Amino acid sequence: MTQNRAAWIFAWALLTPAILYVLVIVAWPLIETFRLSFTDASLRKTTNYVGWTNYLKIFDKDFLEIIIRTFTWTFFSVLLKMVIGTFGAVLLNCAVPGRNLFRLLTMPPWIVPMAIGIFMWGWMYNGQFGMISGLLQWFGLSDGPVAFLAYGSSAYWATIVTDVWIGVPMVTIYFLAAIQSIPRDLYEAAWTDGASRWTRFRRITVPLMAPAIITMSMLSLIATFNSFDIIWILTQGGPSGSTTTMIIDTYSTAIGSKRYGEGAARAVVICIFLSLFCIAYFRMTRKLAGGQKA
Amino acid sequence: MARKLFRSHETRAMIDRYSVVELIGIYLGIAAFLFFMLAPFVEGFLVSLKPLAQLFSTPYSFWPENGSFEAYRTMWVSVPRFGRYIFNSLFISVVSTIIVLILVVPAAYAFARFKFKGMAMVLGGFLAVSMFSGAVLLIPLFRLMRTLGLLNTYYAMIVPGAAFLIPSAIWLLRTYMMRIPNELNEAAYMDGASQFYTFRRVILPIARPGIIVVAIMTFIGAYAQQFIFALTFNSKTEFMPLPVGLFAYFGKQEVIWNELMAASFVGIAPAMVIIFFLQRYLVGGLTAGAVKQ
Repeated sequence: MTQNRAAWIFAWALLTPAILYVLVIVAWPLIETFRLSFTDASLRKTTNYVGWTNYLKIFDKDFLEIIIRTFTWTFFSVLLKMVIGTFGAVLLNCAVPGRNLFRLLTMPPWIVPMAIGIFMWGWMYNGQFGMISGLLQWFGLSDGPVAFLAYGSSAYWATIVTDVWIGVPMVTIYFLAAIQSIPRDLYEAAWTDGASRWTRFRRITVPLMAPAIITMSMLSLIATFNSFDIIWILTQGGPSGSTTTMIIDTYSTAIGSKRYGEGAARAVVICIFLSLFCIAYFRMTRKLAGGQKA
Repeated sequence: MARKLFRSHETRAMIDRYSVVELIGIYLGIAAFLFFMLAPFVEGFLVSLKPLAQLFSTPYSFWPENGSFEAYRTMWVSVPRFGRYIFNSLFISVVSTIIVLILVVPAAYAFARFKFKGMAMVLGGFLAVSMFSGAVLLIPLFRLMRTLGLLNTYYAMIVPGAAFLIPSAIWLLRTYMMRIPNELNEAAYMDGASQFYTFRRVILPIARPGIIVVAIMTFIGAYAQQFIFALTFNSKTEFMPLPVGLFAYFGKQEVIWNELMAASFVGIAPAMVIIFFLQRYLVGGLTAGAVKQ
């Protein structure tokens, strides 16, 4: 009994520093965001409680548009990450010479400081002198220079492509690990029964990868929803708001215009969405774990 | 018996045999995939070799004519503080990694070894932290940093950044430590060792490879993701890390693209050296963290 009690004290003593740190740097600011969202906090010294004013103010047509844009932007980005990640993982799993080198070569976008990768894309998207515009003209696909970041719809897709580029390496490596954890016996048994490579892929790889794909889509959804650096460096939410997602919108309201109260209200809306994703994620992983046991 | 037959070396070789068409398909696929992953780096590198005049000329030319490494010399002249930015980036990453390790190693051990009431909830709480980015919590964090007087210091970039690196580090190290057999703890207990002594003298030495992996992953995370806090909480050039410092190449009239790209590659170098020397740990660490149980 004393042994158990000593262990209990020891375990919580080990946990306390990390818990305290996260409480101060994450939990407290989270609560503070809620509190501030009911105030008119700004650079002024005094702060008053203003009730639901901030929320009433932000819920207009523009904000609704921003929410919808955030969701479509995130949806396309996650979808592309999953498709390209699966494609890459399946290919890198093939037993061909050089695969170790190929695996290593997928990592740079993820490992390099994000801002640097984004600067490189910034140059590639450059209309006058950039590579993509240059190649399009060279192949005769475009008559003149295409300034990707200067127009709403192309800037929207350009930021998605860059986000996908940064996200794909992690997804690929994760999927590759998932494929490699599939027991080889299954493939060998199927092979002995004369199943073609395509059949083996469709009947073994895909179903057994499904939990990994679902888990990764949820994690990727949350990460993409929070995406800031890419859009901020490439377009700062422009041109004319076409790449303004909720995070960008919150940042420019709070930090750009110093309207902390209103920014906090916008952040609270993000937090509500994130919590919903979070609950969905925990439920799903529990269900997946339960399914494997059964 | 039958199982043994399937596992024979021959089967293994046969199942991995590709027809020529399949091989071509696989290599074309990999080529397309890697083209997407690496094109910006290739283009960026070629840009760093081109003189500015050639960059700002049409039509577009892929290959640098009379290319040189001149930009790699002039970049130090046009932004004299560049070396400082690299130092800042490394410093911020190293200190963040140390903080994270000090907090995470004990916590991961507690999660791996003890099952007391409430701990599962705390673990869930840690995982939930990774769902919120710094961007969402920026306003109170900004006010907190201002109150503590940390704005425009290294700490304003280190302290919040480290918090968001904790969850994945705990998860990764916990997975690793769960593989250490519990018999070791029992044996130490039989010998009369205290909990702390067991942790310090028995567990930590065995867990060292796992701790190294977590340290590397944390360092890379810290090095790659220092933007938003540096952008918002610090305005002093002497403390700026690389991602923000590189904006110095954005001149008033035009961006000095060749020097920006040269500087980017110099800035990438530390990360690349790490990948090259520690690739074994890296792939191992990624896979260990990726597939749980």
